[in-house]
Amino acid sequence: MALVLRSQKSCTVNPLKMSQPIGGALAFLGIDRCMPMLHGSQGCTAFGLVLFQRHFNEGIPMQTTAMSEVATVMGGLDNIGSAILNIQQRTQPALIGICSTGVTETKGDDVDGYLKNFRAQHPELDSLALVYVSTPDFRGAFQDGWSSACASMVGTLVQGDAWTGAGSRRINVLAGSHLTPADLDEIRDMCAAFGLGATVFPDISGSLDGHVPEEFTPNSLGGTPLEAIAGMGGAELTIALGEQMRPAADALARKTGQAYVLFDRVLGLEATDQLLDCLSRVSGRPVPAKYRRQRSQLVDAMLDAHFFFGGKKIAVGAEPDLLWELGNWVHEMGAVLQTAITTTDSPLLSRIPCAEVLLGDLEDLESGSANCDLLLTHSHGRQASGRLGIPLHRIGIPIFDRLGAAHRGILGYRGAMGLTFDIANLLAGSETENTPASWPLPAESPDACAPAALAE
Amino acid sequence: MLSNKIQDVFSEPGCSKNQGKSEKERKKGCTRALQPGGAAGGCAFDGAKIALQPITDVAHLVHGPIACEGNSWDNRGSRSSGSQLWRTGFTTDITELDVVYGGEKHLFRSIREILEKYDPPAVFVYQTCVPAMVGDDIEAVCKAASQKFGKPVIPVNSPGFVGAKNLGNKLAGEALLDYVIGTEEPEHSTPYDINIIGEYNLSGELWQVKPLLDHLGIRITCCISGDARYHDVAQSHRARAAMMVCSKSMINIARKMEERYSIPFFEGSFYGISDTSESLRQISRLLVGRGAAAELLERTEALIAREEARVWERIGEYTPRLRGKRVLLFTGGVKSWSVVSALQEAGMIVVGTSVKKSTSEDKEKIKEIMGQDAHMIDDMTPREMFSLFRDARADILLSGGRSQFAALKNLMPWVDINQERHHAFNGYEGMVELVRQIDLSLHNPMWQIVRKPAPWDLREVS
Repeated sequence: MALVLRSQKSCTVNPLKMSQPIGGALAFLGIDRCMPMLHGSQGCTAFGLVLFQRHFNEGIPMQTTAMSEVATVMGGLDNIGSAILNIQQRTQPALIGICSTGVTETKGDDVDGYLKNFRAQHPELDSLALVYVSTPDFRGAFQDGWSSACASMVGTLVQGDAWTGAGSRRINVLAGSHLTPADLDEIRDMCAAFGLGATVFPDISGSLDGHVPEEFTPNSLGGTPLEAIAGMGGAELTIALGEQMRPAADALARKTGQAYVLFDRVLGLEATDQLLDCLSRVSGRPVPAKYRRQRSQLVDAMLDAHFFFGGKKIAVGAEPDLLWELGNWVHEMGAVLQTAITTTDSPLLSRIPCAEVLLGDLEDLESGSANCDLLLTHSHGRQASGRLGIPLHRIGIPIFDRLGAAHRGILGYRGAMGLTFDIANLLAGSETENTPASWPLPAESPDACAPAALAE
Repeated sequence: MLSNKIQDVFSEPGCSKNQGKSEKERKKGCTRALQPGGAAGGCAFDGAKIALQPITDVAHLVHGPIACEGNSWDNRGSRSSGSQLWRTGFTTDITELDVVYGGEKHLFRSIREILEKYDPPAVFVYQTCVPAMVGDDIEAVCKAASQKFGKPVIPVNSPGFVGAKNLGNKLAGEALLDYVIGTEEPEHSTPYDINIIGEYNLSGELWQVKPLLDHLGIRITCCISGDARYHDVAQSHRARAAMMVCSKSMINIARKMEERYSIPFFEGSFYGISDTSESLRQISRLLVGRGAAAELLERTEALIAREEARVWERIGEYTPRLRGKRVLLFTGGVKSWSVVSALQEAGMIVVGTSVKKSTSEDKEKIKEIMGQDAHMIDDMTPREMFSLFRDARADILLSGGRSQFAALKNLMPWVDINQERHHAFNGYEGMVELVRQIDLSLHNPMWQIVRKPAPWDLREVS
């Protein structure tokens, strides 16, 4: 349906895309007592840290191997070792998640090999988990970094026993980077409503949901515990949310022989129906009354809101999985997905209900939105919105000029209902009232019908 | 050569810290070796970008992978009175092909696209780690592009791995000195023209001071780099005097402009009341020394007297509400003591101040203002800060964004006084605003409510 195009420009203007390593780092932040570390120059970490701090309004633990010029040229493997020792001494995390960067990938450091030797030399650190993921800045995007980090964690941290989950009343939820802490809370509540315990992985709802902790901690606080990850093979089923979680789900299936179901959509009436139906079948319990009621509320919201969506032109700039959610949902509500810009490849792109999907930037979004009614993208869309005079709904990462990003979700009937109202209200608020000049005749219309005085 | 440049910047004779060092120590440089696993803060590229990005009408093009620009663009609080082009994020967003084959052609084409689409007076090209490793010669590409397109294309050679932010600030200054300053002549100049160096116009704070200068008939030829236009920077060598703000970042510009163009400068600050007055005096003195009429000094004193009286009166209005409140001041350093007197005037007690980046001179000044038992904090981990608040030894924290959670998560008030802040704190106006913000924060009724435990917690205790 959609033609997938790549920008032909040399210069990216107003980037939509963020880099792989910080996508990986955010996945690590969803693990309890973790210290993410970028193997690169210290700026690589500083930019990501500031970005997350402003998005979540939380202190962000994140470290760097602080590559100097000499280390960059001669190889920086020793920096990894000294960084691990340093972090271990200062903050005692349960896990250090290491992401490579453009700097160290250009040199081609063999980190896996180095870590093997490091392990052998430091048996005292056996209880410290280390996960490495290759995330060069010059390839892919944020979502790819998240995806790879999750697959690496499954590969390293899950215990590879045979599947033992039958009748355990536990399920695994592999969550993509397009989901917010609010979404993760929602899916966990859903599972609980069916009597299912859920291991949400990675779980940024524990660590980055904006709460006031009792104690100060230098590592991530909350998030998936390592023991829970190790025991993921003991769940009845794995549910993967977002196409980006397929590599992790595959890795888990390979390791434990466990089946998985992948939901590429969590937003909307049908998507939520599917999700609840799956939970109902796994648990053998009927869908609880509260969700039947919420479903009915969403249906009513859609009925009330569709007047505002009908025929409206909407431009979306988002990473592939979020674009897939939003593009389909906008289409389902009767609006037209006029412009779709994304950051990286995905098998979903060609199926998005739009003439073209462009791997591009926010300049492309801006030039494709001249006659649109609404922009849907992250906070960096604000300049385009201002210049075009088109309302912007901020969604995705980063949202640094509005509060509460962690508490707004799209998942479940309530997530969809919230988004439906937010967007409908924006569209309603920007409708222009009709004036006497709203319906002019064409300028060159034949004058034969006009009275003589006007025909002059 | 980049390494020569770095050496040159390190041995800066104008730097007061350098003056106390031996030849050998100077050569070693002033950036501490970064500790893997224990480092915080930005890289040299970050520093260079921060220093130059406030030049408003220029296209700032980052040559590197998406991380360098994509993760950080449009996140600075500088303000422009004109062009908004500086807020547009331009990057070559290099791919594996560029890493393998080199990215020079990609860079050249990017420059052309920018000139065709946005027609800026100049393009600044920032080098980053990966193309520096690959060996892309951005100086050569910029030279070729300048010749081909007839527009200045300025290389800023400050890849992240060469050091920390501060070094990048200085390398950015070198780029201006080498390629921009003195390349154009102004239509006219007056004996009342000054440069302000090292002021970034965060939250528009330059405009809190500009009316004072306007009132005295003093013209800002160029502010480097807050709210600057490219042509102003190019013509800034015709100013008669200069003020250097925030000493650590751009001292090389001030000193070399003195060397090359005989523009005398002084190191001053518009942060704090006495500092503002002293800076105004210094500006007038330098200008009179360079040919301005001597009556400028009297007009300056008259303005200072009038404005100081006005500001003390306005701050005094807050004294009844702020008397005895305990403030912990945690900033970059130089700024620490310049606000202490204003806080004291409003009746507050400064219980501690950071001296992490302060010189010994700064520390003396702190003792002078706060007394011998001034609590000077060299460095503090977030955990230590957290416990400081837990023990209720301070009522409010004034700091940069990074340490905000030490206060907020302890249900303690915090006011942002670093780069990312929303409020402007320059000049006389700025001190009133700072005291007003502290008052608003301290007396927000929200604190009482959030500090109350939940009723069931109370019940469970009893």
